[in-house]
Amino acid sequence: MTESPDAVVARVFRDERLAVLATLIRQVGDVQLAEDALQDAFAAAVEAWRRDGVPDRAGAWITVAARRRAIDRLRRDRSIAERAERLARLMRLEDGRPDAGAVDDDRLRLIFTCCHPALAMPARVALTLRMVGGLTTAEIARAFLVAEPTMGKRIVRAKRRIAEAGVGYRVPGRDELPERLRGVLRVVYLIFNEGYSAAEGDRLVRGELCGEAVRLGRLLAELLPGETEVWGLLALMLLHDARRPARVDADGHYVALHEQDRSLWDRDEIREGLAALARAKGPGEYRLQAAIAALHMAAPEPDWTLIARLYGTLGEISPAPVVEVNRAVAVGFADGPGAGLALLAPLLDEPVLERYQPLHAAHAELLRRAGDVDGAEGAYRRALEITGNEVERAELARRLQTLRG
Amino acid sequence: MAEYVLLLYAEDGERDRWEEMPLWVEVTKSLQEAGVLVDNAALESPEAATTVRVRGGAAEATDGPFATTKEFLAGYYVLDCADLDEALRHAARLPLARYGAVEVRPVVAGWGGRG
Repeated sequence: MTESPDAVVARVFRDERLAVLATLIRQVGDVQLAEDALQDAFAAAVEAWRRDGVPDRAGAWITVAARRRAIDRLRRDRSIAERAERLARLMRLEDGRPDAGAVDDDRLRLIFTCCHPALAMPARVALTLRMVGGLTTAEIARAFLVAEPTMGKRIVRAKRRIAEAGVGYRVPGRDELPERLRGVLRVVYLIFNEGYSAAEGDRLVRGELCGEAVRLGRLLAELLPGETEVWGLLALMLLHDARRPARVDADGHYVALHEQDRSLWDRDEIREGLAALARAKGPGEYRLQAAIAALHMAAPEPDWTLIARLYGTLGEISPAPVVEVNRAVAVGFADGPGAGLALLAPLLDEPVLERYQPLHAAHAELLRRAGDVDGAEGAYRRALEITGNEVERAELARRLQTLRG
Repeated sequence: MAEYVLLLYAEDGERDRWEEMPLWVEVTKSLQEAGVLVDNAALESPEAATTVRVRGGAAEATDGPFATTKEFLAGYYVLDCADLDEALRHAARLPLARYGAVEVRPVVAGWGGRG
């Protein structure tokens, strides 16, 4: 059966939109103009392909059509900056001259531009989903629980800022790459977490963000296969995402990892996550977190000694209270609660951590296992006092109750 | 290529850092040699400022800066850069960036005397 022209347009849009758009932005020198021209070209394709049949190289047809639309727009709109230079450049391509800029993959240029530090974080996130992910403004607005006009304005302003501030359309050089790549990965992980930590009510809509973040992670792995943290982040997201169906029970309550129904985990995602983890070489924040997640998932009674060691390395790369608390918990399982408590002691003396709930919850748990019921009761009460989350509160209250049982 | 103005802001009392003069000279010279530097200047303190407004056809001059702020404009550089990243890179090399702030603003093309 041959595909209908409309189905071909839909397929070409899905498969080729990103690459065509990314190249077009470089050729026409403006994000908005490229996007408008591409939209024109797809609209034209629907008509032309119904009338004349689908061309052999549909993606190339769209590229050429979009470039001509851009030329039309440049000829019509005298207010566009550097109009003559842009027109001249496009006309050279029309004459069949070689495309001089086509050394790096344009998709990488687009990703680094959308995640440029000159943009505020919410703008980076929205623009990446819109331009790279191809989501509509309405979809992004729904996922982030903001009104559609608000999101629309945010995206328009971000595009304008790229043009006005003069953000270059390029892949950072070797010396800037590590820092800029970290920024890109932060955007992708933020998108993932936005979906992953969504509350019950909006779980379905926002869960799509996890899928989108994983797709972005796969694209980065394809474009930058030599980067440890790209594989580390992809592995981390896949291993988390695989457990998504088991994280909430039938009543909508969160289920801790070791209590989850493992048959609900997505095996394909686990397999892909472990393969990505194997590609990540050398230490890295995401890679270490992914390795820890993999160990937790490998067996109901994981290798706590190894987990403790990985948290130790993670703490050296990126020191944070949460890492130290987790390390103490792991050591508490590996070498006994006394060893874990010894690691927590300096954190408990830290005034800035006085209201850090995970610290007091972990402290209570270790004291309970050490047989210090009074101490554990005090620590649970302390944790309960400062928790702001209903689910956590219920869990802490339950543990407090069973303490003297 | 596009022009960028780097506006140098610092708190009072922080501009007389004579010990960093060699650094300024070095950075400025390297910008010059790279063909990036269009113009630069250090400004006298805001106490030396006079602000002019024409209201109802009459020019009024007032003693002092346009706005009194803790951090004030201490100088500027005009640079010709490939893109924002290059301008930001140069801005970070200015000694003042370490204690004050450097605001990077693109110049609107086609205006001004330089054409």
